[in-house]
This record gives sequence, C-alpha cells and structure tokens, in this order.
Amino acid sequence: MEDLKDEAMSRQRLIRRRFFRNRSAVFGLIVLAIISFFAIIGPYLTPWSWDLAQENGIDFNAFIDSEYGGGLTPPSFDDRHYFGTSQIGADVFAQTIRGLQKSLLIGLLVAVFSTGIAAIVGATAGYLLGKTDRALMWIVDLLLVLPSFLILAILSRWYQSSGWLLLVVLLAAFNWMITSRIVRSVSMSLRERDFIRAAKYMGVPTRKIISRHLLPNMASLLIIDGTLNVGGAILSETGLSYLGFGVRPPDVSLGSLIAEGTASALTFPWLFMFSGGLLILTVLSISLIGDGLRDAFDPGSKSGARR
Amino acid sequence: MLAFLVKRFANFLLLVVIASLAGYVLASAALNPRENFLGRNPPIPESTINSILTEVNMNDNDPLLERLGSWAGGVLQGDLGRTITNDSVNEEFGNRIWVSFRLLIIGSFLGAVIGVLFGVYSAVRQYGWFDRTFGMSAFVILSTPVFLLAILLKFLAIYLNERLGFRLFYTVGTNTPELYGWELFFNSLQHMILPTLSITLGGIAFYSRWQRNSMLDVLGSDHMRTARAKGLTKRQALFKHGLRVAILPMATFFAYSFGLLIAGAAFTESIFGWYGMGEWFIRAIGVNDINSVAAIVLFTAILVLFAGFLADVLTAALDPRVRNR
Repeated sequence: MEDLKDEAMSRQRLIRRRFFRNRSAVFGLIVLAIISFFAIIGPYLTPWSWDLAQENGIDFNAFIDSEYGGGLTPPSFDDRHYFGTSQIGADVFAQTIRGLQKSLLIGLLVAVFSTGIAAIVGATAGYLLGKTDRALMWIVDLLLVLPSFLILAILSRWYQSSGWLLLVVLLAAFNWMITSRIVRSVSMSLRERDFIRAAKYMGVPTRKIISRHLLPNMASLLIIDGTLNVGGAILSETGLSYLGFGVRPPDVSLGSLIAEGTASALTFPWLFMFSGGLLILTVLSISLIGDGLRDAFDPGSKSGARR
Repeated sequence: MLAFLVKRFANFLLLVVIASLAGYVLASAALNPRENFLGRNPPIPESTINSILTEVNMNDNDPLLERLGSWAGGVLQGDLGRTITNDSVNEEFGNRIWVSFRLLIIGSFLGAVIGVLFGVYSAVRQYGWFDRTFGMSAFVILSTPVFLLAILLKFLAIYLNERLGFRLFYTVGTNTPELYGWELFFNSLQHMILPTLSITLGGIAFYSRWQRNSMLDVLGSDHMRTARAKGLTKRQALFKHGLRVAILPMATFFAYSFGLLIAGAAFTESIFGWYGMGEWFIRAIGVNDINSVAAIVLFTAILVLFAGFLADVLTAALDPRVRNR
C-alpha cells in the first residue's frame, strides 16, 4: 500500500513539474490568475457602480458624474474613472469588471456542464457499442449539422427573458459533441483492457463500470478538454452577446461591452480596448494552460494544436 | 467505394431533412411574428393581423403541424415561402447568396490552403524561427473572436488609409454604386480585402495548427523512414509519401469548420455592412421572420453536409484503405 501511494504521488509530482517547466503554460497561469483576482476584487477598487438602476447601498448620483458634465471622459485617476466613462456617463471600469465576471463565470460553468455531458454520452456509447452507440452518435451528427450559433441565436428570444443561467444550460447543451466523440474513441479502446473485463465478469453494473473505471482512467483527457472548453465557451458567449443574443442589458458581458464600444471606438478608444484586450488575454491564457496540461499529462503528444 | 458513398449520401439527406424541420419548429416556437403588429398606435385590429400572418403562413393560431406541412410542401417545390413583409424568400435568398458565397468560398479556400502550407513548413522546420513566431501568432489569432478580429482589422485599415492619404481599403459595403467594368472590379476587390482577411486569418491559424500536428506524426512514422531508405531524397519522400497522408485528416476538419465559418460570416458581414446570408439571419431574428430563418437553417445544413460529403469523397480518393472498403 505504501508503495502504491508513493508512486501515485510521484506521477502527480512529475506532471506538476512538467507543467511548471513549460514557460508559456506558466505565463498563461499567471495571466489568468491576475485576471481572476482582478475580476474578484475589482468592484472594491472603484466607488462607481456598473448598473444604472442599482439602488441598494450605492448612491444613484454616484453613477452619473455630474461634475464632468456627463460622459465620455478619458481614463483618469483623479476622478477615479480608471477606464474612463461611456456615452451616458457609466464608469467603464466598473462595467468591464462586471462583464469579465459574467464571461468568466459563464465560461467556467458551461465547460463543466458540457464536459460532463460529453463524458457520460461518449463513455456510454464507447463502452456499450451496438445500437446505443449508433443512436447516440447519430444524435451527435445531427447536432453537428446545425451550428450551435444558429440554434442559440434563434432561441435567444426565449432564454433571454429567463435569465443567464438558461443561457449557460443551452450553451452547454450544444457544445459537447466533439469532446464526446473523443471520449467515445478512448472508451472503445479502454473497454478491451483486463481491468474493465474483470469488473464486468465480476458483475459490476454498467453504470458503475463507467463511473468508477472508465472515466477516472481518462481523467487527463477530461481535464485538458474541460480547460480548452472554457475558452471555447467564453468565445461563444461573447459572440452571442456581441450580436445581442446573449447577456442582455442592463446586465453586461465582455461581448456586449465590445459591441457598445465599437460604435465610437475610433474617437473614444477606452470604450472598447479594455474589454477587447481582456477578452483576448483571458482566452489566450486559458488555451496556453490547456496546452501545457496536455504536454504535462502526455509528453508524447505534439504540442501546439488543440487536441 | 461507391456503395460506401451512396450510404453516406443517404444518411446526409436524412440529416438535412430532420435538421431543417427541426430548424423550422425551433424558429416557430421561439419567434413571435405577432409581436411586430402589437402595441402600434393606432392599434391594428386583430382580424387584420390574423389575415396578414395567415397570408405569410406565420399565424400562431393555426396548428404548428399545419404550418410546417405547408412550409415543407413549398420547399419540396422549390418555394421557400414569404418573408414577414410578404416578399418572396427565394428572391431575397438569390440576392444574398452570392454575396456570402464570394466571401465564404474565397475566405475558406485561402485559409485552408495557406494554413496547410504554413503548417507543413512549421512541421518540417520544427522549432525554427518561423515555427516559433508563427505558432505564437496563430495562438493569439485563435484566441481572438471573429468579431474582435474584424473590428481590429477595420481600425487598422482606417489608420492605414489616413497614413497613405488615399482610400486603399473600403470598410463598408460590397462595392461603390454606379461603377462599371474594370473600375467596378477593382473597387469590389478593395471592398473585399478586409472581410475576406478576417475569415482567412482565422482559417490559417486553425488549419496550420492541425496540419503541423498531423505532419509531425507522419514525419516520425516508419513509412517515411522506408521511403528515405529506398533512396528517395528528403524532398521526394516528403511530397510523395508524407504530404498525402498528413493532409487526410484536414479534409474532415474542413467539413466541420464550415458550420463555424457560417457563424463567422454573420459577424463579418454585419461588421463590414455586407448584405449576405449571415447579416440576413441576424436581421430576420430581430423581426421575427420565421420563414427566412428556416431558409437559412436549411441552407446551412445543406452546406455543412455537402462539405462533409466532399470530405468523404476526398478521403476515399486519397486513402486506399477507405477506397477498397
């Protein structure tokens, strides 16, 4: 028992060491840590609120900066509008922080849900094969035919009135297909391994084989894919929000902020560049981390492309 | 091989039918055309609204199955129905499809070809200066959403135009009106550069990463060593035995990326003011135009599946293992 534990520790340590030796992955991790920290403590750094209608605790007048005669003031530390103000005098810093929080949260939740669905569907199809497999893969094919962007845009009327959590559910529901195919092919090779066969002939129920034996053995794949899915989910969400199909006013996401800012971005660049820059940095750092994780888990794979 | 392709084609047809029916049902469920006529001053009488909606087959008082039936019947005869303003969907479709096709075909083709070339070169000269600098920029481009890329290109172009002192790039529309002949041609080219570039850049980044991976796998494989051992030069082995195998997986990616491309076109077209299919889609959702939305979903499904079928044919042509199945 001691030995086994020792070995498990050493594998973990090996992976950790490989990851931290990878310069771009560490860069991604540091950038993401800074961005997340910024997203959490940001609201405490500014006296302004992101929401025009927010009345609890924060003075409504604090929102409209009367001293400077309305909006469109450039970034300045004197009046504590670090990122300047928008057309109607809203503080861009407070809005950007709020948008960043929303986009990060949605990205994280969608990745967890969609990777979960992908794991269950892919493992079930790959382990059971036969009719179940054919039926599930046919559904995957069908969902791949209809780009998720089109479906989500059509359904936007319907989910926008019921809050952003439904957006998370729908984004997850249309984002799991490609990962599930990979999980399926890994399951197909795992099911021939002795330990799975042994479990099967010992009478372990299918559900338990999948959850206790199959999925833990592809944990690395799921972690890598889950990480990369966060970036993908953030891209989908901001894209929908940019066109007005995602997060809706009065709430903001990085996508809706960019959409608002672009109209006058040439004359008032601060409306647009902070949210745009943060969005690129966030997604870039996530994909660098995902890539670093893959290299750490599986040094044989060629680094670079996704999967 | 023929049996294999016929089977795939039959499956594709089935998927198109189901996808387009699902698209129509989803659009009918989520969009509410009646909304367009409510809350007007003076109010429009209910009976008038009903008759307008019935005329375009969007009256939510009729059962969904009945509307679906008459829509599907029309589609089978080549009639995509009426828009919410009672114009022909077919006509609108015909006007817009070439705008989008020009963008999508040139953009995706350039993206795939340049991406594959760059990927191969990166793999052959792994860890060289090109591989490193290009790899990092591909990463940054892949992390940039299409809409942001398009906006940044637009700003860059406006800045360049100012520095140059004349308009090299046009940032809005497909062409300046009232031009003919060569003038029109060059003017259209100037309009095309930016939207095409914003689609192509993403494609180059996407394909090059995959191609680099797949090429690296092939370069390390046994059959490449055999080819060198039998006396081929490195270049001969690369082109004759390496490239052919390494390009195979790209065909499948090309098919799957088509769906993404159409979504990308929606952003590019609305940012650069091109009145194509993507822009139509966004507009149609805004005005609850069920029939237009359904037509675009049908078009997308056909395009994605056609690309998928093409990928199968290409794979069969290049890979003897599939061909002889």
